[in-house]
Amino acid sequence: MTHPVSPARTRILAGLTIVAAIMFVVAVGMAVFYAPTDAQGMVQRIFYPHLGSFMGGALAFFVAAAAGVLYLITRADRWDTLALSAIEVGLVFTGFNIISGAIWARPIWNTWWTWDPRLTSAAVMWLAYAAYLMLRNSIEDPGRRARLAAVYGILAFSSVIFTTVITRVRPDTIHPVVVGPSPQNAQGSFGVSDPRMVATLMFNILTFIVLAITLIWHRIRLEDFSRYVAALKMRYLTR
Amino acid sequence: MNGIDAAPRPQQARARTPFGKAVLALAIKDLREELRGRELINAMLLYAALAVLIFSFALELDAEARETSIAGVFWVTVVFAGMLGLNRSLAAEKDRGNLDALLLAPVDRSALFFGKMLSNLFFMFMVAVLLMLLITVLFNVSLFVPWLMVVILLGTVGFAAVGTLLASMTVHTRARETLLPILLLPVSLPVILSAVRASTAILSRMPQEDWIAWPQLLLVADLVLLALAYILFDFVVEE
Repeated sequence: MTHPVSPARTRILAGLTIVAAIMFVVAVGMAVFYAPTDAQGMVQRIFYPHLGSFMGGALAFFVAAAAGVLYLITRADRWDTLALSAIEVGLVFTGFNIISGAIWARPIWNTWWTWDPRLTSAAVMWLAYAAYLMLRNSIEDPGRRARLAAVYGILAFSSVIFTTVITRVRPDTIHPVVVGPSPQNAQGSFGVSDPRMVATLMFNILTFIVLAITLIWHRIRLEDFSRYVAALKMRYLTR
Repeated sequence: MNGIDAAPRPQQARARTPFGKAVLALAIKDLREELRGRELINAMLLYAALAVLIFSFALELDAEARETSIAGVFWVTVVFAGMLGLNRSLAAEKDRGNLDALLLAPVDRSALFFGKMLSNLFFMFMVAVLLMLLITVLFNVSLFVPWLMVVILLGTVGFAAVGTLLASMTVHTRARETLLPILLLPVSLPVILSAVRASTAILSRMPQEDWIAWPQLLLVADLVLLALAYILFDFVVEE
């Protein structure tokens, strides 16, 4: 039974963690102090982490779907661990995305929540990945759990695609879009006209992606350690 | 060693059952079983009738409300009755040991999927048609509109495809009856959402260019889910 992590990797991860923490502070600082406000006032600033966390979460879910495909091809446990870690991180990120959206919507749309196609599909996307965790919990056999979880992880990614495209195919959503023209009914734009706004937005997206990668890495290590501890336990208890 | 080499190999010597024939054989087996036992369809129909009655006083469906919410009532009832059927149809195969026999049969695994899907689709579509009749009588809203039939067919196809895949997954888990809705509803959201939107628009006699995007989206969702289910089913039933 070898120790699951090497000192070199631990150093790289420690460095990455520090970089991610600094970036996060800078990103929040840029959103609050650097970017100018528009007609919406201060509340518009929540938009930068709002979109950033969605990007981080969507990336995590994409990684999980890719890891699911790789697991089904190679049957190596590490892809299963990667998929599980990515989905847990993605759930946190998209959870923040939904909550920050609600905080923004309260003054702009005059309601915390509305049954808009995009809001509905984002909530259902979150529930699909919560269901992924339930599926894992109800299968004991590790091989079968990894296989069926991989299948569901791939299937659930269709809800991410659906959430992303729904504002573009359906004009009756009130949720604004950033790239391309907003739907005609969109209320409260995410207009990024000022170059400082663009810079803040780009930096926030980058930060949340780095943050997602860092957290996924930590989660993988946690899983590796827990397997290592379980193996050690087995060894000493059966001796 | 010699004896083994000399023995004929039945797997290779016998031709595989053609794909279409295997699909039909499986679907017809399910229909025949149902015709003799009527276990599934009775439960689904009774459930559907009860659900419509409960909806009618829960929502106080007066003349105005009917127009806007009858399509939703219809689809929710079909979806839940369908899940009742999906659970039974796969659980019966597993509990009576027939699933193993089917997997040993010299046919394509995907033929098993399409066979099961076809019978599930048939039951679901039958429930939907009978439910339409019931709603027409009880609420004085005629649901027999040609376009609505197309939407119902498309909706049940997508739901049966992903439902059959997920039911063959949950049948191996601990809490299968509970788990199926949790896994199935978020993934089939694109199908349910576009089917409900299309049906509501058709029933309130909106001009075709206002709602034609929904059946189109439904068709795309169907094709994507069918392709995914076809590819992933092999991984679900291996072992």
